[in-house]
Amino acid sequence: MEIPYTVEPRPDSGLANGKLGVWLFLASEVMLFGALFSTYILLRVGAIEWPHGELSVALGGINTVILIASSVTMVIAWAQLKMHNFSRGRLFLIITMVLATIFLVNKYFEYAEHFSKGEGPWHSTFFAIYFTLTGLHGLHIIGGIVVMAYLAGPGAGLWKRNPDQFTNRVEYTGLYWHFVDLVWIFLFPVLYLL
Amino acid sequence: MHSDPAAIQKSIRTYLMVGATLLVFTAITIGVNLIHLAVPLAITVALIIATMKGSMVAAIFMHLNHEKKWIYGALILTVVFFAVLILLPNLSVADSIGKPIGFASGSRAAHGEPAKR
Amino acid sequence: MDTVTHTAHAGTHGDVEHHHEELGFWRKYVFSLDHKVIGIQYAITGLLFLLFGFTLMMVMRFQLAYPGHPIPFIGGLFGPANAPNGVLLPEFYNQLGAMHGTIMVFLGVVPLAVGGFGNFVMPLQIGAPDMAFPKLNMMSYWVYFCGGVTMLASFFQTGGAAQSGWTSYPPLADIAPGQTMWLVGMIFLITSSLLGSVNFIVTIVQLRAKGLSYMRLPFFVWAQLVTSFLLLLAFPPLEAAGVLQLMDRVAGTSFFLPSGLVVSGKPLTVAGGGNPLLWQHLFWFLAHPEVYVLILPAMGIISEIIANNTRKPLWGYKALVYAAVFLGFMSFIVWAHHMFMTGMGTTISAFFQTTTMIISIPSVIILTALLLSLWGASIRFTTPMLFALAFLPMFGIGGLTGLPLGLAPSDIHLHDTYYVIGHFHYVVAPGTIFALFGGVYYWYPKATGRMMSETLGRIHFWFSFVAINFIFMPMFIQGLGGMNRRMYDGGMQYAHNAGLLKWNIVIGIAAWTLGLAQIPFIINFFGSLKWGKLVDKNPWDATTLEWSAPSPPGHGNFLTEPIAYRGPYEYSVPGAASDFTPQFEPERA
Repeated sequence: MEIPYTVEPRPDSGLANGKLGVWLFLASEVMLFGALFSTYILLRVGAIEWPHGELSVALGGINTVILIASSVTMVIAWAQLKMHNFSRGRLFLIITMVLATIFLVNKYFEYAEHFSKGEGPWHSTFFAIYFTLTGLHGLHIIGGIVVMAYLAGPGAGLWKRNPDQFTNRVEYTGLYWHFVDLVWIFLFPVLYLL
Repeated sequence: MHSDPAAIQKSIRTYLMVGATLLVFTAITIGVNLIHLAVPLAITVALIIATMKGSMVAAIFMHLNHEKKWIYGALILTVVFFAVLILLPNLSVADSIGKPIGFASGSRAAHGEPAKR
Repeated sequence: MDTVTHTAHAGTHGDVEHHHEELGFWRKYVFSLDHKVIGIQYAITGLLFLLFGFTLMMVMRFQLAYPGHPIPFIGGLFGPANAPNGVLLPEFYNQLGAMHGTIMVFLGVVPLAVGGFGNFVMPLQIGAPDMAFPKLNMMSYWVYFCGGVTMLASFFQTGGAAQSGWTSYPPLADIAPGQTMWLVGMIFLITSSLLGSVNFIVTIVQLRAKGLSYMRLPFFVWAQLVTSFLLLLAFPPLEAAGVLQLMDRVAGTSFFLPSGLVVSGKPLTVAGGGNPLLWQHLFWFLAHPEVYVLILPAMGIISEIIANNTRKPLWGYKALVYAAVFLGFMSFIVWAHHMFMTGMGTTISAFFQTTTMIISIPSVIILTALLLSLWGASIRFTTPMLFALAFLPMFGIGGLTGLPLGLAPSDIHLHDTYYVIGHFHYVVAPGTIFALFGGVYYWYPKATGRMMSETLGRIHFWFSFVAINFIFMPMFIQGLGGMNRRMYDGGMQYAHNAGLLKWNIVIGIAAWTLGLAQIPFIINFFGSLKWGKLVDKNPWDATTLEWSAPSPPGHGNFLTEPIAYRGPYEYSVPGAASDFTPQFEPERA
């Protein structure tokens, strides 16, 4: 018994199951981060004073560059697979993972610096929302790395059995990854600059 | 969807160009921040730049510029509810009994006066 | 469910030969990928949680009827920390209250209505071999199970279970015992719902059989589709809020703690600057759409039962569909009618009153369409139909009593009183839960190949129907008299409640009667597995696609490719040979 439209798109919707599934999941993620952005606005507007310049714009800026680069490498990975270049596709997938890991390492240094100064989430509402927003975002990065590692490693066997299905999986992972980048594109100015 | 290699090569070039544009916009964001605009203007400019960057990621990297109706429909619905989630709680907290806004703000009660009989 | 069924599929990637090894016990019955097994798992777990949540209330009702008296029979089981000498401590009463709400809503009704009925019936009704993502489906159930275990386990931690109401308002919920495990449990449950809702939407969009256009879908499927969108988009803000409250409790943050808060005479040593209203907004952003999650599947079930047992098409199918979609959309912009008493200004209050009044329109349209469906009908008073018929006036009462709550001036007097409890229980208890019972009696033959006993069914129905009205109708009297909710002594401490206390005894006796009335149902449910009358594919002479599959359906569901030739409710078609023309029956030449 096969589930139809796992790879071939259904004629009337024009979609494969996984693509619709990933986009619906991303819609729920928009609401998740939206709630946190709403929290940020509510707490900031209600605050008597709001800190400015507490965060390292340099580190934040570098991380922004890294994440944008990783989005480019991610979509190129998918494009390579669409051209049936498995080894190039896999290479770009691994480069994306490396960039993501560097992002996390930077984050670690950033967090460590703040904790050493006693600036944990308990310190103020600003740091509370900063750690929550970036922490949740960081968890999403870790999730992305895990999935990419699976696709580059044990999951790569699917390429031989069903290259189209494997390419689709990379595409869906890419959609998730671009969303993670998108969230950061808003997080960076909101938290670090404004 | 089996596209031909030439078309995909061209789209790779597009991806690289968009990536470069995003980096330029990032530099602009940081640059504008150094100008120290007034807070409302700073927020507006920052959000406009971020929205432009986000739109590029969504349209080009996420292929939203040629997606299907169901995806567009689900996303439009999400954007509407996202806007509701951002706006209404903040409006509710802003408009309170002590300091009303809107059509009741000119009332006698708002100014602490008893109602006229 | 041993037979393997094969169907021809369009659009697969060419696997012709399909080899089936016999699955082991664990893969077949515990970690099954089959939507029917998963649906039954959800249903049985949900029913058990409904029973447990109801038992908590039966205990609470004794305390309310006879304050300060030891609970009979089981009072000694709660331990001296909760009920010394069998008398409930106020803290334990509050735990029972908070967990009753949580368990009924999140562990009972939704898993049964969506996870149970949705999973089992929907793929069959659309002619699909299974859900779009079977592995995700299996995971959704087990994550829900973990959430349930977490919630139950929370009773045994020091300080007890959550005790700040199912609504978990800060500052109390930020500092009261038991809340941390509740939050962890909620994160499991929300994750389960999110994964499930993605699965449902993709399945309905992508896996409909040939000929099954959207406007030929049974209304049950439309109800599940709208419900899934509500779950998908409304749950994440509560997940975010749960994380924030967890951080307030564990990481020392002050998202919901205002500055200068003093607890037991000592100021809290936190940064402050938080806002308790933030929690209320994020919580109710979910919890209002959640109540439509509770009612929509029920309306879907009732629609199927009414069409079948009136031998007529549903009146106003298009109106039902558009009303359901509009209802789903509006449900996202009414939530602050739960917050009229928080000091909000008249402008924003007017906005929410307006949207709340508007949202009553689609509900009325749906109820009216279902009522009109009875006009000129040949009604078969089967057990499912009894529950469906009772649903209509019960939902009517529930809906109408919501109106004074949705208008701020009257809400001033009724907020947080027993009137509110009466209102929402009418919609959920003789409303949704009756619909769910009806659904069990209706689809039991499809799931098991046997009918449930009509006699036991009628006993179950009549005793439940009478008892449930004696529970919730007096609550309107109590609420209008000003009796507050969530008081462990039944309101004794306030003089204005003196004349209302006697109703607690009436309500208590009715509640225990309702409990006893479930015994015939339990006997029927399990006994019919062995002694129920054996039936074939379509014992109800119904028209929708699920009745073309074997009872119970095998792996893959259908013996031949299901095709829909017409709409879902072609009953009593003029000139037809019988009083029903199934959706799956080919056109005669």
